[in-house]
Amino acid sequence: MKIVVCVKHVPDVQGDRGFTDDGTVDRGQGDGTLNELDENAVEAAVQLVEQHGGEVTVLTMGPADAEDAVRRGLQMGAAHAVHVQDDALEGSDAFATASVLAAAVRRIAEDGAVDLVVTGMASLDGLMSVLPSLLAARLDLPQATLAAEVTVDGGVVRVRRELDHATEVLEAPLPALVSVTDQANQPRYPNFKAIMAARKTPVTTWSLADLGLDASEVGAAGARTRVLEATPRPPREDRVLITDEGDAGVRIAQYLVENRLV
Amino acid sequence: MTAPVLVLVDHHDGVPRASGLELLTAARDLGPVEAVCIGEAGAQAAAEVGRFGAGALHVLTPGTTAPVALAAALARLVETTGAATVLMSSTFENKELAAHLALVTDAGLVVDAAGLETADGGRVVTVQQAFAATWTLRSEVLRPRAVVALKPNAVPATPVDTPFEPTVTTHDVDVSAMRERVVERTPRPTSGRPDLTEAQVVVVGGRGTEGDFSAVEELADVLGAAVGATRVATDEGWIGHEAQIGQTGVTVSPRLYVGAGVSGAVHHRGGMQASGTIVAVNADPEAPIFEIADLGVVGDLFTILPQAAAELRRLRPEG
Repeated sequence: MKIVVCVKHVPDVQGDRGFTDDGTVDRGQGDGTLNELDENAVEAAVQLVEQHGGEVTVLTMGPADAEDAVRRGLQMGAAHAVHVQDDALEGSDAFATASVLAAAVRRIAEDGAVDLVVTGMASLDGLMSVLPSLLAARLDLPQATLAAEVTVDGGVVRVRRELDHATEVLEAPLPALVSVTDQANQPRYPNFKAIMAARKTPVTTWSLADLGLDASEVGAAGARTRVLEATPRPPREDRVLITDEGDAGVRIAQYLVENRLV
Repeated sequence: MTAPVLVLVDHHDGVPRASGLELLTAARDLGPVEAVCIGEAGAQAAAEVGRFGAGALHVLTPGTTAPVALAAALARLVETTGAATVLMSSTFENKELAAHLALVTDAGLVVDAAGLETADGGRVVTVQQAFAATWTLRSEVLRPRAVVALKPNAVPATPVDTPFEPTVTTHDVDVSAMRERVVERTPRPTSGRPDLTEAQVVVVGGRGTEGDFSAVEELADVLGAAVGATRVATDEGWIGHEAQIGQTGVTVSPRLYVGAGVSGAVHHRGGMQASGTIVAVNADPEAPIFEIADLGVVGDLFTILPQAAAELRRLRPEG
């Protein structure tokens, strides 16, 4: 089976994350990484290919640095990597991103039909979790999202989903889109051999023109929302740190009562 | 005339969830409010949404979770009511529905909003937290229509002075074109405690509990709180995965968060940093949670929590 995994390059969650003056995520800190939750997506895809045969293509959209994200995918076992890069993409919202990724998936499918599109459950910068649905809609694929478990059998993908108020088992015929959670698997750590091999694999780069897309449909110009202001949250004031001297429980109770929290 | 606001009210067997009542309250500032329930919802739901200011209740049946089919049904409602804004609570299922709805109605989309305002000309402005709530964003919707998923506890639910008597209409959801098939759906068992996502008070156990949640549960019961956990605690199987608070689990923003044996890893902070007041008990004085705790206590949770519970019972003997 042929699987495309969409991945994103994001600022490191352990780093000092912030916004630029125009309200977009500051991607210039230089400590970006493959979105940790996308490692679960790559792992799920690689495992499916190990079971059923086929190959995995990792796909990303973003500035030059984003190539690191698909490189990581190659190290983890993907056979091909595609990077959509274009200056006009800066400031793209989730709708534009979905359109671009959909166009890239269609282009990849020109070399053989794609059976499954896999994404992570969210990107650790935006955490919106809406891209999988938008991408499924743009590609007109059935969606099986938030999978804590994925299996493919007889042209049908089956997932177990842990939702807010229920657990669900959902099936969809292939081709389909699946998003996986961090419960789905334990992403492998690539060994030295895999890292070296990935270095030799070329990364295909496509521009908007290569995908037949117009710059007016993407980027900040096409965005449906605009950030008016981004402000760092002021640190909490009047913080108190005490060490228990035998009465800390009583002091907590008093604190809650004094601050009308009970 | 101001365009109506459609509010998707999540309910449990026809009883609106607290998050839905908060949304109805928030919606009243934007325009006349019409409630929408998915699946069987009758007189009780109608009375309750009326109490919070809805002049109409639209019931979509059959109850389904298929986002595409639901989005099509909601889009028809947007069309017939002339609604400019659709509000829903920011659950994983609703966010998928919000995405499809925004796509088919060409609306602006904001999810996980922590607040809602209107700007001049009726445009919707939202407030969001970003990067583990270390940043606050204000965003403007640039389309005439907006779909906004609001986090629980963003707005306190307050009834209107004189309850409305909503008209109830039923609308069909066309599930015939659905390609996905739900093979099995198991509602999560209710614990008798408040729902974690909606609770005003949350007591959380982490690695420091070493799997013994009795002190956490005792304090939670005194406070009428929901019980949550860190990733470590759920991965160890000490408590169900649904209790996990963090970037990939539940996001909570209660008035009061109490962390017991919680170190405060960035993953966890992403799910709780927007809490009102943070109290933390941890044996390690270097635990990062103390950087964000309003009251931090270095000590043994197994003696401190029961003492706090006992003192609270003494101060409030009626509780």
